[in-house]
Order: sequence, then structure tokens, then C-alpha cells
Amino acid sequence: MVTRLMNWFDDRLPLTATIERHLTKYPAPINMNIWYLAGVLLVVVLVIQLASGIWLLMNYEPTAEGAFASIQYIMRDVEYGYIIRYMHTTGASAFFALIYLHMFRGMMYGSYQKPRELLWVLGWITYVLLCALGFTGYVLPWGQMSFWAAQVIMSLFGSIPYIGEDLLTWIRGDYLISGITLNRLFAFHVVLLPLALIAVVFVHILALHEVGSNNPDGVDVKKHKDEDGVPLDTKPFFPYDVMHDLYAIGVFLIFFVTIMFFYPDGGGYVIEYVNYEAADNLKTPEHIVPSWYYTPFYAMLRAVTFPLFGLSAKFLGFVVMAAGIAIFVALPWLDRSPVKSIKYKGIYSKFFLALFVVSFFVLGYLGTVTSTPGRTIAAQIFTVTYFAYFFLMPIYSKYEKCKPVPERVQLG
Amino acid sequence: MKKNSAITSIAISLFALFVSLSINAASGAPCGNYLSKDGLVKGECDEAYVDAKDKASLQRGAQIYMNYCLGCHSLKYARYKKVSEDLEIPLDMFQENLIFGDQKMGDLIQVGMDPKEAKEWFGNTPPDLTLEAGLRGPDWIYTYLKSFYIDDSRPLGVNNKVYENVGMPHVLLDMQGTPRSVCKQIPVIADNGGIKQDPLTGQQLTQEKCGFLEVDDGTGELSPKEFDQAMLDLTNFLAYMTDPMKVERESIGTYVLLYLFIFTMLSYLLYREFKKDLH
Repeated sequence: MVTRLMNWFDDRLPLTATIERHLTKYPAPINMNIWYLAGVLLVVVLVIQLASGIWLLMNYEPTAEGAFASIQYIMRDVEYGYIIRYMHTTGASAFFALIYLHMFRGMMYGSYQKPRELLWVLGWITYVLLCALGFTGYVLPWGQMSFWAAQVIMSLFGSIPYIGEDLLTWIRGDYLISGITLNRLFAFHVVLLPLALIAVVFVHILALHEVGSNNPDGVDVKKHKDEDGVPLDTKPFFPYDVMHDLYAIGVFLIFFVTIMFFYPDGGGYVIEYVNYEAADNLKTPEHIVPSWYYTPFYAMLRAVTFPLFGLSAKFLGFVVMAAGIAIFVALPWLDRSPVKSIKYKGIYSKFFLALFVVSFFVLGYLGTVTSTPGRTIAAQIFTVTYFAYFFLMPIYSKYEKCKPVPERVQLG
Repeated sequence: MKKNSAITSIAISLFALFVSLSINAASGAPCGNYLSKDGLVKGECDEAYVDAKDKASLQRGAQIYMNYCLGCHSLKYARYKKVSEDLEIPLDMFQENLIFGDQKMGDLIQVGMDPKEAKEWFGNTPPDLTLEAGLRGPDWIYTYLKSFYIDDSRPLGVNNKVYENVGMPHVLLDMQGTPRSVCKQIPVIADNGGIKQDPLTGQQLTQEKCGFLEVDDGTGELSPKEFDQAMLDLTNFLAYMTDPMKVERESIGTYVLLYLFIFTMLSYLLYREFKKDLH
């Protein structure tokens, strides 16, 4: 019966072939470690965000007059509405925490190197889409920080020479941030961006299954195959990785649920305290800070304090900030190393990767606090070291002494 | 492999450091010119030990709020009915004692005052307080409520240590009595942290410090201790207002966690069985 049903489908749809290709016969390297969990957890969070988002949408009111009150309506009057909302806010932070871990894994093990350049570029697009989703979603509750963060970020477009002011008005749809701005950000957040994200994630996974997963040794597992053509150092994704991931999802959800039910504000980082006040265009909050996941780039924006070549400091800061996000996409072409994994790369690669991590965290911290002259200098220094990892990579990755890469993957 | 795990552990510890830095960075609004009891610390709030499960305290807080605060400050995102249910106040009793005017149980808690007129009277429209405890933190509210003092230079005759030149009158004056900002002799603290003494006589040195709050004896309906408790109740009520689902949320969360622990344990055992195939 089941066989007949499958045959019926297979005649009309490549069902068995798809299941085999992507699940039961997808070869996953046996030496994958904990860093390889971020990917599957990102898919879990994507599902959480879509599901909770749909339910939030049922009661949210996208108008400047009603948005803030409708959030409180969801929190108080809608049955279990507060669970749905906290799921979505916690999910937003989890999304970024995981995508940063996921990207770092790729940087550490050289997962962007040939033949995975396109896979990396697709991943980078999901990151940019996620940044846009985070920003547009953050404005929707229409609290004070929503409003003023939108004000600050959108005003950056106004700093572009010549066309800035007109462009800004066009983007906002008004001379100020207003209900019209809210409506268009709402449309992007619930329709355009999620659709694009799902599509790109889908293609990202397709591309992954075409080139195969990298592994901590950066060894090409396809070099050694058994008589059936299955790579020796791999295991079928289903059931082995699925069982492993199920366990990992359990552990992840324990952390997720702990924040969601017991610390939903996340110390002011998942939900900012200033956003407990409805948007007021006449009252600027004392400190305007973006969500924690943008703070490294916000620190870069503020680090540029001087005009240059007749361009304003604000515009240059905007360029540096955008470059900080954009530069990741160039990694496959910046890395000239003959080896993939940091395990076999030379001392300079290790040093610069460590420097990058330190810069990212320090900038992230500096972006959350008010700026002082000392902090601005620190932000300038770490902005330089952040970019040093990328711009010096063609040099240090080419000329350093690497360790010999083993033929097969290493266990233990 | 060793180097790899070293990198992993560095990354994890950096992440932990980042998280701890972030949490430390997020402190509540500081308390202006409020002076601690010993006169040594300025601007730090007294801690409000709010307890969402203390129904008696919440009921007392609601009573104070509805009688003293609701004249000006709405709770416009909350409904009477939910407050009465959450605080376990019987509907009829609630309706009789805590709802004024012709408002219904299912209504949002609004004020009758016209916001424009209010702005003329006080210089500012009294803010809605539904989410005040989320915005400023319970400690701030508790300290603010205790920090009014007589100041004849202000239009309403009072000022506040936490919120300098606030436009709000001291509504609870009858309850508290007449609070004054006074000067006191306090011990001088030496560099080593001890009390500085006169080198000749061995007497403890003191200095004058101003800004202490003192209530004139016998002027209030409540003793200072009772007043502090009343303000704690009121703060507790406002903390409940911001987060009315806290008790329910944490109870559901406990069950969800319990389920997840069992799920994770079983999925681990399953994973272990499958892993045996591989080696």
C-alpha cells in the first residue's frame, strides 16, 4: 500500500529521489562538531518566528495611533498572547546569536572556500535580510526606542551627498517618521522580507546539498569513497544527524524557554526598557541604542568622527558601517590559503581571527554604552582591527606556513 | 584538535563575557538626588522587594492607586475586570469600592481628566502608568514615592529628590505627614574606610550634610514604617500592572521546562543508540 502510494507520487514528483538526496542518503561528515548545530537551530528559529509572527499579525494593528496599544492588547487581553509575543522577541535575539555563531563557524573552518563560495554568498544574503527584518520588526511596536531607532537609522540615508534629503523623504514617505513609514516597514516585515528569506534559505540548503558539508578538518570527504560511491568519512543525515539534532534542539529549547518565560526582557537586551513608553516625536530618549545584535556596527558608525574629502562624518560612518556588514561576502576571494580549516592554517590566520573576534565583541559592547572620548578612540582602534582581518587576509593567508592537512578526517 | 578546542573555549568564554557585560550595563534609572540613610551614597534607589504572588499587598496597592492616583494617572492598557480577577477581589466588592463613575468592569482604566487642561494645570499631562514599572523599574518608583519634600519655591509647594522639579503634587501628604529636606551631622569617613577620629581627643569627627528626608512627628496618618510598606504595596501593584502575566507565565514556563527536560533526555538516549552503529 505504502509502496504503491509512493510509486504514484514518484511518477508525478521526484519524491523518493528528493528524500534520498536531502535526508536518507545525504552524506554528512562524521567529524562535525558542536559548531555545526547552529545551522539546524537557525531553521528551528525560522519556523518559530514564522509561526509566532502569523499569530501576532492576527491582533496587531499597523497604525501610528493603534500599534502600541495593540501590543498591550496582545500582552493582556489575547489568550496566551504574551507567550506568542515573547516567543517572537526571544526568537529575534536567538536568530542573531545563532547566525553569528554559524558565520563564525564558516570563518573558522574555511567553509566559504572553493567550492562553497556561492553557498557563503547565499548565507550572507540571509544575514542581510535578517538585519532588515530585525530593523523593520523593531519599529512595529511603536515604542520610544522603535521610533527613535528608526529616526537615527533612516536619517543615515539623508547623509548621502546631493540626493540624501530627497532619498530620505522618499524612503520615509513623509517629512518625518510617521504612520506612513510604519505602514511600509510593516509591509516589508510581514510580506516581502520573510518571503525573500524563505526563498534564499531554501536555495542556501540546496546549494549546501550540492557541494556537501565542510568539516572541522576542511578535508574533502568525497576523495575517498566506498564501492557504492558513498564517501567513507560520512554518515547518512537521516537517521544519524536527525537524532543528534533532535537532542540538540531539546537543549537549545531549554535555554530558549528559560529566557522566554522567566527573563523575557533579557536584562533590557531582548526588550529594551525605553520601549515601554509609546513613541513620542517631541521627546528624544536620553540614549538611543540599537538592539544588541547591531551594536558592533553602530559602534563603527559612531567611531567615524571626522569629515574627509568633503564628505560628512555621518556619511563616512554610514559607509564604514555598511562595509562592516558587506565585507563578509568577499571572504571567499580574500582568503588565499591552500588549506581551509583554522586547525591547519598558520599562526597569522589564527591571530587575525582571534583579533576579529575580540574586535567584534568590544565594538558590540561599545555600541551599547554612551560614547566618551576614550570610548570613541577604542571604537576607532577596534574598527581598524576588525577590518584588518579582512583586508590583510590576501597577504597573511598566502605567505604564512600552514600545517600539512591529513588525507582523511580526524576524530577525537 | 587541542588548538581547535582552545579556540572553541576562547570563543565561548568571550561570549559569556559579552553576555555578562551586557547584563551589567542594563541598570535601572538612577535616583537623582536621593540620599541613602547613612548619607554616603547619592542617587541610588532603595530596593523595592516586589512580589507578584503577594495578593494582599497587591490589593492594598490597588486600593491606594484607585483612591489617590487614578484621579490623574490612567492605566489605559489594562481592564478593571482582569485586575479584579488577578488580585482575587470579588467582582461586586471591586465594583462598589474601586470603580468610580459609570465605568464598566470590562472597560480600560481611563481617567476623566482632559489631557489639554491637565497640561495647563501641571505643566505636563500626567503620564499613563500601566507600563511605568517596566520603563523606570520598581526601585525607582518606590524611592520616588518616598522622596517628596516641602519646597516653597515650587508652584505646588513640594519637590522631589528623585525627580527634581517634578510637576506632581504630593498626593499622599496626609498619609505620610510633612516631609522636609534637612541637614544632619554625619561621621567623616577616613581613607581606610573607618570613621575619622580627632587625633587629640579621640572623638569621632562629624560633618554637616544636607538633603536628608525627615517627616515631622505626628503629622501623618501612617507611621514612617507603615508609609514605607504602603508605598511598597503601591509599587508592587504597578509592577503587577506592567507584567500582569508574570505568575501565570512562570508557572506555565515551569511545565514547559519539565517537558523539555524529559524530551531532551529521551532524545539523548535515542541518539546514543543510533551512535552505536557508527563506531
